[in-house]
Amino acid sequence: MTQTLASRHTFWLTASLALVAAPHVQRLPWWLNLLVATLFGWRLYLARTRLPLPSRGIVMFVVTGATAGVYLHYETLFGRDAGVALLVIMLTLKLLEMRTARDAMLLIFLGYFLVITNFLYSQTIPTALYMLVCVWIITACMVGIHYTRAPRTIHLLRTAGVLLAQSVPLMLLMFLLFPRIQGPLWRMPADSQRSSTGLSDTMSPGSMTNLSLSEAVAFRVSFKADTPANRQLYWRGPVLWNFDGRTWRAPRADYGEPRYDTHFYPVEYTVTVEPHGKSWLFALDLPGRLPPRSIATSDFQILSAVPVTTRQRYDMTSFLDYTYGADESAATLQRALQLPPGFNPRTAELARELRRKHGSDQAVMQAVLNMFGHDGFSYTMSPPLLGEHSVDEFLFDAKKGFCEHYSSAFAVLMRAAGIPARIVTGYMGGEVNPIGQYLIVREADAHAWTEVWLRGEGWVRVDPTAAVSPARVERGISAAMAGENVLPLFIRGDFPVLRELRLGFDSVANNWNQWVLGYTPERQRALLTRAGLDDATWRSLALLLLAGTAMTAMLLAVLTLRRLRVRVRDPVRRAYLAFCSKLGSRGLAREDAEGPFSYADRVSRARPDLETPVQRFIRLYVDLRYGQEADLQHVSRLQQLAREFKP
Amino acid sequence: MQAVGKQLYAWLFQLRGPERGEIVLVQRRIFILPTRAGVGFAFILMLMLAGSINYNLSLGYVLTFLLGSVGFSAMLHTFRNLAGLRIKAARTGPVFAGETARFAVCLLNPTASTRFSLALARKDSEPEVFDIAGEASVIATAPVPATRRGLLKAGRLTLFTRFPVGLYHAWAYLELDDHCVVYPRPAPPGLPLPPLAGSSGEAGGRDSGREDFAGLRQYHPGDSSRHIAWKAVARDGILLTKQFTGHAMSELWLTLDLAPEPLDIEGKLSCVTRWILDAHANGIAYGLKLPGSVIALGRGEPHRDRCLEALALL
Repeated sequence: MTQTLASRHTFWLTASLALVAAPHVQRLPWWLNLLVATLFGWRLYLARTRLPLPSRGIVMFVVTGATAGVYLHYETLFGRDAGVALLVIMLTLKLLEMRTARDAMLLIFLGYFLVITNFLYSQTIPTALYMLVCVWIITACMVGIHYTRAPRTIHLLRTAGVLLAQSVPLMLLMFLLFPRIQGPLWRMPADSQRSSTGLSDTMSPGSMTNLSLSEAVAFRVSFKADTPANRQLYWRGPVLWNFDGRTWRAPRADYGEPRYDTHFYPVEYTVTVEPHGKSWLFALDLPGRLPPRSIATSDFQILSAVPVTTRQRYDMTSFLDYTYGADESAATLQRALQLPPGFNPRTAELARELRRKHGSDQAVMQAVLNMFGHDGFSYTMSPPLLGEHSVDEFLFDAKKGFCEHYSSAFAVLMRAAGIPARIVTGYMGGEVNPIGQYLIVREADAHAWTEVWLRGEGWVRVDPTAAVSPARVERGISAAMAGENVLPLFIRGDFPVLRELRLGFDSVANNWNQWVLGYTPERQRALLTRAGLDDATWRSLALLLLAGTAMTAMLLAVLTLRRLRVRVRDPVRRAYLAFCSKLGSRGLAREDAEGPFSYADRVSRARPDLETPVQRFIRLYVDLRYGQEADLQHVSRLQQLAREFKP
Repeated sequence: MQAVGKQLYAWLFQLRGPERGEIVLVQRRIFILPTRAGVGFAFILMLMLAGSINYNLSLGYVLTFLLGSVGFSAMLHTFRNLAGLRIKAARTGPVFAGETARFAVCLLNPTASTRFSLALARKDSEPEVFDIAGEASVIATAPVPATRRGLLKAGRLTLFTRFPVGLYHAWAYLELDDHCVVYPRPAPPGLPLPPLAGSSGEAGGRDSGREDFAGLRQYHPGDSSRHIAWKAVARDGILLTKQFTGHAMSELWLTLDLAPEPLDIEGKLSCVTRWILDAHANGIAYGLKLPGSVIALGRGEPHRDRCLEALALL
């Protein structure tokens, strides 16, 4: 395999490698993109003009320079990002050295490997389809360099397509049965965490509003039974206690066994959360169990043991009607009363006044909610900017805000009036996808509400936003913001066709996530249990895989090699061959160059007893073969003679 | 121990000595092993599998398993590319020592699908690569250097393929009962012919005899360039040789003793070979007297070949 490569192959291979590398452009430093693009172009130019390839010295120089550049840029040569950068460099420079078919094979393998690096960043359906096309072209290149005279490109693509299509059944089998292990086997140093999207553990004016502009999916939920009403869908996230006058922050997690009383039957559901780079897992208020490898804090946040950097799927149970925290310690309640001194003096004044006017905590709470509902407050996604005393300005001047403004103002008022209060962030509501029957919760559904502590009742959820915009709670964000054209196009309800389309796509994506990307060890075990295999241990899986693979491989072999059978379509010739083979088994095989008459004569001489049937058959055969008439009757007569001939 | 190994080898590869007639490439005759590229491919797949496990890449698993299955299907395709072929020895023309014998093999593809990129070679010699269309046959030749005069046996030829993806090397050993006559290496040109025994006793008769132009015939390798009808070449682009009659008066008896003395037997054979070629080129009738055999006076290609073969097999 030392033959040199035709320029057509060089072109196709270069093009397919460029296609595979293309999605990395957005992630690699600009100078590297420029370098790689230039070198690809140069290689194509050299292939076209048949100029000599650069010398080894030049290539080594560029490799060294680029590697140094990667080190300076990523400050390491290991890990995902730097590794991909290095792979791209090596591949490009190998391309500049590609002379023989063997070099091309190495590049093809590197190309396959580069495909898999793309999956480190994206495993969506479009990525998968794109990469499938890339793999197809690369395989066609691999086929192309093994032809003596390379045929038309379409022929190569067809051969490669057949090869890939034939491999699908075996691939599916291995995918389903290969024993899955929960990675990672090793952890690369400095594998940068995904840039986190979604909720954070702080909240200041504007943070939720920003989130509401994102149509990204936060998680998807499928309920075992009916989906609860929208106003019950409070997905609990980080709980914020500490206020510095502008920003609410989550305290250090306080792990403890939270105690609660439930008064209602549990809701069971499965959450598939998209990677967000933080630890928290979401559940309806109040979560009644813990997903594997997670812990709960005393204020009912569920935290995963490791940050959620990959899509995770967990079963949950929640109680929608509950009481908890009635016996909260005094120290904890003190923390829920803390306010920074010197901020928001007018709010503090208002709280003292309300406290004087109303006797009970409940009455103070209700008075504030009434104020939000009737004193000209409005719910908007484009609130005015707020200054140092943000709560004062919001309550007395702007009177316009989003959920973070209302929850923050409410919590500050409660604390100033001596009622323990804290902010709970998370998501509220979600969109039911009728195709596939599940709930989509997006970043746009991010929400903040409050919990106040009332004597005898414990922590009670109060959503001040509900007082100003009941629609937000009853029907969701898109209904509440129907008038404002700031929501992303796809989330707004005013384009029914788009909405249908989007829900259809999301349903496909959800199945993809559940069955392809989310095919975890647990899922594999569940599937095999459902298929009747009770103990899906390593051993039984391996046995099943082996048996299944062997059977599929055998089937494939039979199907592939079936075409080797020589089919004689002409019935006359078939009868003749059958006749000859019968004689052949008696040691009277026909010589290659022997005509029918001379064959018949020879057989007659050797076996005088066979003379009559042989001569009769041969005469009819020659008549049919070389004579004028050939009707079906004679053909079937010939076939009959051949059948009945017993030498 | 070596003998056992040899037997094992012979059993494993079904080496049964030269075979007459047709060889059908049934499954037992075809061997297949991964190439170096195939091993590299397997290594890359292992890396990809490790990466998929480590990063929980579902699509990584999909790709790895897909390519793994491609590796398996490729094996079937490579095997299929050889399977079922019917192979016979074809006529192999004689060569002179020092030239390359080309053992001709006739390969018939009885199936409808084309067989691509087959190669035929003996041991490490450079293979000839060819395709066979569906239900067609091809005559392929395996080049073997002919170093010594005599009968050159075809020996064990290898028919192999790496189609379609080069991950596997499938091969079959062909030991056809085929041989090639290797004529002695002719002495360098310029060696004067031995004196003619002219029947007319007239030395000049040779030339006058060549004046009688008798017609044209197709050029055969070995014809003297002086006899080529160059005008016809210029006109039609076909090589034709002028034929002459009427030079029967010159005759030549060649024996080994006529060769210059210090030469060994092979050298003498070379000289005689050269003389035969020259006599043939000049249209001189010649005969050959060898120890134990005599070839009567004659002219023309069959006569020349008979003489050369006699020298080759001496």
